[in-house]
Amino acid sequence: MNFTNFGRYLLLLKAVFRKPEKFKIYLKAIFKQMDFVGVGSLGLIAIISTFIGAVMTLQIAFQLVSDFIPKTIIGSVNRDSSILELSPTITAIVLAGKIGSAISSEIGTMRVSEQIDALEIMGINSPGYLILPKIIAGITMVPLLVIMSMFLSITGGYIGGTLSGAVSPAEYIQGITTDFNPYTIVVALVKAFVFGFIITSVPAYEGFYVKGGALEVAQASTRAVVVSCITILACDYIVTQLLL
Amino acid sequence: MIEIKDIHKSFGSNKVLQGISGKFEAGVTNLIIGGSGSGKTTLLKCMIGLHHPEEGSVEYDGREFTTMNFEEKIEIRKEIGMLFQGSALFDSMTVEENIMFPLNMFTDQERKEKLERVNFCLERVNLEGKNKLFPAELSGGMKKRVGIARAIAMNPKYLFVDEPNSGLDPKTSIVIDELIKELTEEYNTTTIVVTHDMNSVMGIGDYILFLHEGKKFWEGSNKEIAHTEIQELNDFVFASRFMKAAKGKF
Repeated sequence: MNFTNFGRYLLLLKAVFRKPEKFKIYLKAIFKQMDFVGVGSLGLIAIISTFIGAVMTLQIAFQLVSDFIPKTIIGSVNRDSSILELSPTITAIVLAGKIGSAISSEIGTMRVSEQIDALEIMGINSPGYLILPKIIAGITMVPLLVIMSMFLSITGGYIGGTLSGAVSPAEYIQGITTDFNPYTIVVALVKAFVFGFIITSVPAYEGFYVKGGALEVAQASTRAVVVSCITILACDYIVTQLLL
Repeated sequence: MIEIKDIHKSFGSNKVLQGISGKFEAGVTNLIIGGSGSGKTTLLKCMIGLHHPEEGSVEYDGREFTTMNFEEKIEIRKEIGMLFQGSALFDSMTVEENIMFPLNMFTDQERKEKLERVNFCLERVNLEGKNKLFPAELSGGMKKRVGIARAIAMNPKYLFVDEPNSGLDPKTSIVIDELIKELTEEYNTTTIVVTHDMNSVMGIGDYILFLHEGKKFWEGSNKEIAHTEIQELNDFVFASRFMKAAKGKF
């Protein structure tokens, strides 16, 4: 994003947060988007998180070759990695692809087929009507998905570790319950909130300013995913630096 | 009534509109005509605020539109109905939801009242009973008629129509033209139609503004247009073989 784009993005956000014309209509749209962002992504995030947790456990066990390191450490490392990094970031990257491309192409298609012009002619604040429900859905549902992802990733680690024999159930449970710092959950939720905002607002921006036809909508969709992923990673670093 | 004064609009170095002025009265069908790239749609978009003219003014019954702030423009836009070239129906909504949308947004009517209004509008455009269809299930002509129904749902004072006949067969085009004229006269709306369809020009053009290369070349009625001596206008009006053959009969 260059400075011009960043400026236009901020101006779009200013329009997004104008007072809604009718709160009831917006509320309906928010619930619809929550269903799309949250419920619609449950399966995918569940599968990815469980497998990542299982693979993480196996890899940590593989790297811990010393007899001086207790095996309980496998659970602790998997827990902290899942909570602090893997669950928020992987969930966000996956959602940037799934939700981001859908948002960008939906709004982009509305732009090129004059549906956004139609909204504006009716006297409706089109950025607010189209984007605000998506952002609210993003900042509420992504943290919930991340919480679920943390749980499943740790559970996946348990299943993977015990099935393979890399770690015993007792050692793994002891590992995940020892020296747990609840602050890591706070850091993860702050990340999830920021990522939820990025996943919805960046693709919405890319779609909103599309000019042209089907080809440009597709290009905007690709750009939306790429820019969202890079922004997520940059913000991941910044939030981690600030909070840890 | 809508009055435009000295409208200028450029895109980069391309001067699309150069000092366009005109007066569009209520209760008559006003047409903006011209060849492709003459600036018709840009002028329409300047009038409704989708483009911002560099110079000039647009007045809605004496209310200067171009200098209004966002909230004031919203109030004017609530009085505007518009039919877009591609109809611009919301894909995710049924015909009923499309027409009901502005009512949901700007009125506190009960659902029953809104439904009555939707059915009235659908009846008005001869699409009774099509409430539950989605835009993808409609033909081009039906989409235009639903677009008109949505445009008139809020009883607009000003009706803008962009290329109502594009992609339609001649018979359906006439139906749409007649519908626009009927609605204009019935509700005394200030109607502005952007077109290059000569059937529309000769059929419903009460007031016609002819644009050529971004400039106003001529204004008058459909009775006068066939007798003008302006070369550019004659080249436009009598471009087709049919119109050439019929030239002496107007």
